[in-house]
Amino acid sequence: MHETICDFLLDIIQNAIEAKASDISVTVADDAKHIRFSVTDDGKGMSISELGRIRDPFYTDGTKHVRRKIGLGIPFLQQAVSMTDGEFEISSEPGKGTRITCSFPADHIDTPPVGNLPSAFLAALTYPGDFDMHIVYSIERGPAKDGYELHRSELIEILGDLHMGQSLIMLRDFIQSQDESLENIRGAR
Amino acid sequence: MAKMTLEDLRKLREEKKRALNKRDIEGKNVQIIVGMGTCGLAAGAKDALDSFLKTIDENNLDNVAVTQTGCMGLCYVEPTVEVIVEGMPNVIYGNVDAAIAARIVKEHVMNKQMVSEYVFDRPAADIINDGGR
Repeated sequence: MHETICDFLLDIIQNAIEAKASDISVTVADDAKHIRFSVTDDGKGMSISELGRIRDPFYTDGTKHVRRKIGLGIPFLQQAVSMTDGEFEISSEPGKGTRITCSFPADHIDTPPVGNLPSAFLAALTYPGDFDMHIVYSIERGPAKDGYELHRSELIEILGDLHMGQSLIMLRDFIQSQDESLENIRGAR
Repeated sequence: MAKMTLEDLRKLREEKKRALNKRDIEGKNVQIIVGMGTCGLAAGAKDALDSFLKTIDENNLDNVAVTQTGCMGLCYVEPTVEVIVEGMPNVIYGNVDAAIAARIVKEHVMNKQMVSEYVFDRPAADIINDGGR
């Protein structure tokens, strides 16, 4: 189920990983009026004809789930965006990668809640696979701005295997501490 | 929680690595096994364990593994600790509080002299008189 913006974000990140991306860049920006995110990957990309079908919930390229006949990630995201008068853009080129950007107006009644960003970042960084990921989160409330960045390769260099028990706990605490440092600014309007 | 920097994370990782290393018996010729059954815990085995780890740290001993076990059957003298040092008989100490734990590290592990008054599973008297050597 897609109940939060984090659910959509994780879906798109998973698509990027499954498209065999070696470098994924994720940005999330919250400026009190809009919540925007973008995911850029250097995966296999899509042709014009494939791009034309991504809005079709009964289309999937069949590589992820061989027997599944539907692909709901992007259709759900588009539906949520159009219900809230948000924006959705996708650009892709075969062999070069895909970029998806999306924006939700913060005060629209149908805008899904943001969800738990630290947990989503933790899940994204610990997806299995050999890829680098760069997450940039920024928050803005009037003149106040802050944020943090997470580099997967840098974190692996320090913590080793991110899936191992103690590394995972340290990574969770690290992300949590970054996020909690933004509490003051997040609460301000 | 204060905002951590990557340097903080690196330090935390090193600390955890060192702490984990102490639990690893691979390549260590000294083992300290702390009885941490319910009886041991109730009698303060955690204080003894902490004191072992602290004293080992302070003296930079990297050949000592500290592990834990359940009840050793000597509930009347908990907390109990078994100390295995290469070239010395295995010894079970009883009534080990934080101060005695520190003494065990300094005297038994570092100076190869048993802390005789706290030895409960006692090797032969001549061995004790000889300091366990």
